[in-house]
Amino acid sequence: MPRQLIKGNEALVKGAILGGCRAFYGYPITPANELTEAAAYYLPQAGGVFVQAESEVAAINMVFGAAAAGVRAMTASSGPGISLMSEGISYLAGAELPCVVVNIMRGGPGLGNIAPEQGDYFQAVKGGGHGNYRCLVLAPATAQEMCDLAKLAFELADRYRNPVMIVADGYTGQMMEPVDFYSTAAAAPRRPEWAVCGTAETRKNLITSIYLQPDELERHVRKLAAKYREAEERETRWENYRTEDADLIFVGYGIVARVLKSVVELLRERGIRAGLLRPVTLYPFPAREIRRLVPQAALFFVVEMSTGQMVEDVRLAVEGERPVEFYGRCGGNVPSVEEVYEHVVNWIDGRAAEAVREVASHA
Amino acid sequence: MPEIAVPAHMKPIHAKAECLYDTYFRKGENPHQTHYCPGCGHGVALKLLAEAIDELGIADRVIVVSPVGCSVFLYYYFDTGNVQVAHGRAPAAATGLKRANPEAIVIAYQGDGDLAAIGSAEILHAANRGEPITCIFVNNAIYGMTGGQMAPTTPLGGRTTTTPFGRAAHNDGYPLHVSEVLAALDGPAYIERVALGNVKQILGARRAIRKALETQMKGLGFSLVEVLSPCPTIWKMDPVEAQRRVREEMTKLYPLGVKCDRTAERQPLPAPAPAPPLEELPRILQIPEEEPAAAWAKAEGAVDCRIRVAGFGGQGVLLLGQLLAEAGMDYGLEVSWLPSYGPEMRSGTSNCHVRLSSKPIDSPLVSQPHVLIALNEPSLRKFVGAVQPGGVVLYNGTEIPADARRGDVAMYALPFFEIADREGSAKAGNLVALGALLEAVPLLPAEVVDRAMARVIRSEKWLELDRRALKRGREALRALKNEPAKEPCHA
Repeated sequence: MPRQLIKGNEALVKGAILGGCRAFYGYPITPANELTEAAAYYLPQAGGVFVQAESEVAAINMVFGAAAAGVRAMTASSGPGISLMSEGISYLAGAELPCVVVNIMRGGPGLGNIAPEQGDYFQAVKGGGHGNYRCLVLAPATAQEMCDLAKLAFELADRYRNPVMIVADGYTGQMMEPVDFYSTAAAAPRRPEWAVCGTAETRKNLITSIYLQPDELERHVRKLAAKYREAEERETRWENYRTEDADLIFVGYGIVARVLKSVVELLRERGIRAGLLRPVTLYPFPAREIRRLVPQAALFFVVEMSTGQMVEDVRLAVEGERPVEFYGRCGGNVPSVEEVYEHVVNWIDGRAAEAVREVASHA
Repeated sequence: MPEIAVPAHMKPIHAKAECLYDTYFRKGENPHQTHYCPGCGHGVALKLLAEAIDELGIADRVIVVSPVGCSVFLYYYFDTGNVQVAHGRAPAAATGLKRANPEAIVIAYQGDGDLAAIGSAEILHAANRGEPITCIFVNNAIYGMTGGQMAPTTPLGGRTTTTPFGRAAHNDGYPLHVSEVLAALDGPAYIERVALGNVKQILGARRAIRKALETQMKGLGFSLVEVLSPCPTIWKMDPVEAQRRVREEMTKLYPLGVKCDRTAERQPLPAPAPAPPLEELPRILQIPEEEPAAAWAKAEGAVDCRIRVAGFGGQGVLLLGQLLAEAGMDYGLEVSWLPSYGPEMRSGTSNCHVRLSSKPIDSPLVSQPHVLIALNEPSLRKFVGAVQPGGVVLYNGTEIPADARRGDVAMYALPFFEIADREGSAKAGNLVALGALLEAVPLLPAEVVDRAMARVIRSEKWLELDRRALKRGREALRALKNEPAKEPCHA
């Protein structure tokens, strides 16, 4: 099939439009601007709507309006903008509206910088906004996945009537790689029966997130929780890379996972049986797959571009049965293959020396 | 019970509007009465809005957007499409709804805290875009549902729970005149302030609300009616006294009248273009149809080439890298191109990582390149140490600085930009460098690179110049080279 060399950010927009997206409300922020600019260019030609909002707060509420009308709608931003959108994302989840929110993560907290980081894992996976809700969270690692997961995100958002987040880092968004856009057919826009469209057929419909009576709200929140449990059963996605015989298992996502594949190869050249588990969905998290690997694993090594966020979910999954080590870079620094390799080798050598000392002291 | 026919002359004078539910089934307790206090202006404003909807026959098309505050429960009452939204965000949500349903009549019904405080940005920009929605702005100069805090519209001296000593300008600022502020914009089609202080005023409000909806129906743009409204409960007045206050005090602070009316000169907004058929999407999205590499030879043998291109912003560093990646893709290789991006500002450095490989590319980061193209001295010094032994360095200059030389890599210095300048433009220096690279490292066939150039460089004039520049680069490198090319990239 024909391939196009294209930036991840632009591939995501094309994938979204092929996935039926017809509304994009955005606000400029580096490093997510290519998304907004591509949407401004392509969507009006594709029969869709693009508006540059006055703020991220307005953008997510415009998405709320479009989603309430049953249109596949999205927005994209980076950390500081996602913080502003968090209110709206909570309302979307509460009102059971599907939408896609893209976070091309940059360095934080505060203004931080515009270099790549993975410091928004907690924000994406554990909440961000208020109340008992979750976002389904997808983490692409290639330009091809930026396209494919954008399509998937809209399917999941509709299936669960819930916001879906795509989190990538600045590099995955800015990087150009060949993309095949024909892996699936284009999805036709549709209006679900619950939408509010200003028509006689939809006149009785109500979109709301308010439930004044405690019993009513509890019923609603438990319904949301049941959806999330179902998503955990059905939607968890991950990639195994050389884990079949691995006893040192790396866990990393996005750009880090690509670095880790090279590290796995280098370690294997040295005779260390290393492998990689790459979560593709950060929520639902592939905890069960990690559990499956526990018996064969001697050690889990989590690498992130943060001071340690996803590592908490790995530790929860491992339940203390194996050591879980962590290596992180932040501030916009992307770990190099050589650096991670060296760190892991030093760690293993240190452990070996420690073991020798221990044996000696017991003797 | 048998139906009793009511003669026309006996139709009740006071009846509920048809677009209001008879029983407020969504309300739960007391489904026959609203949640509004006795004497509250909301009841009147709602009734006027509902009657206008009935009269215009648009109930099927209406979407009422209820935000937060005393406006929150409009969906209890209106037998229309209903969307409940966050505090202050009704104009933004209404924008999304209207853009999705251009035929719908979208009404944002907001109070003063909602619209004039927390939602001030959303209303200002919706008005400024001329968003074809209608806002009913109920101004009672107080936060009602939260129990009587200061609103942006509270008069100076007004005692509220958060201005217990009276609103003071030095601490709390001045009452906000929303309609006048919005009327100063070019976007709105119709803005009027009305009041509910007596029957005459109420009749005026009724006319204004109807006109605002008609403005939307005609597609003329943004319309807003500010309704000065009593809040007897929080004002701690009886309904009659509260109405007197609206009539005699509020209208002094907030003068009634049309603040802007461009409905006569405005042309209706153009209808949105029909959506193209799905089959058109690949063309619209500029997705290539044919297999680009079909006509070309594929790379043979294992390739793994890691290239770093570095220089100043404006030297064409990124394009040079992109051309390598494009040609590599056409040659059937896996490729990645990763820019190190920075803020768009003066004197930034620019560099990119390019990988061409016969296997899927794991890390796109090139920390130890086989090939370094350094377009300035700082870039040479920064990256030369990382080049793999046996690799190639191409440097923009007449000679490699003595302290940046390495014996274990092939190093070539050529003044790329001077060579390009002699061809017509120094801007093509990056293509001279590419030509030199292709001569130093026989990585990609010339015709594959030329085809990629023709695809990426859209201007005929530049393509022609760039082709010459590439050729000069090849020639210059060939002249410089006194030993056969090393092939560091072919494992």
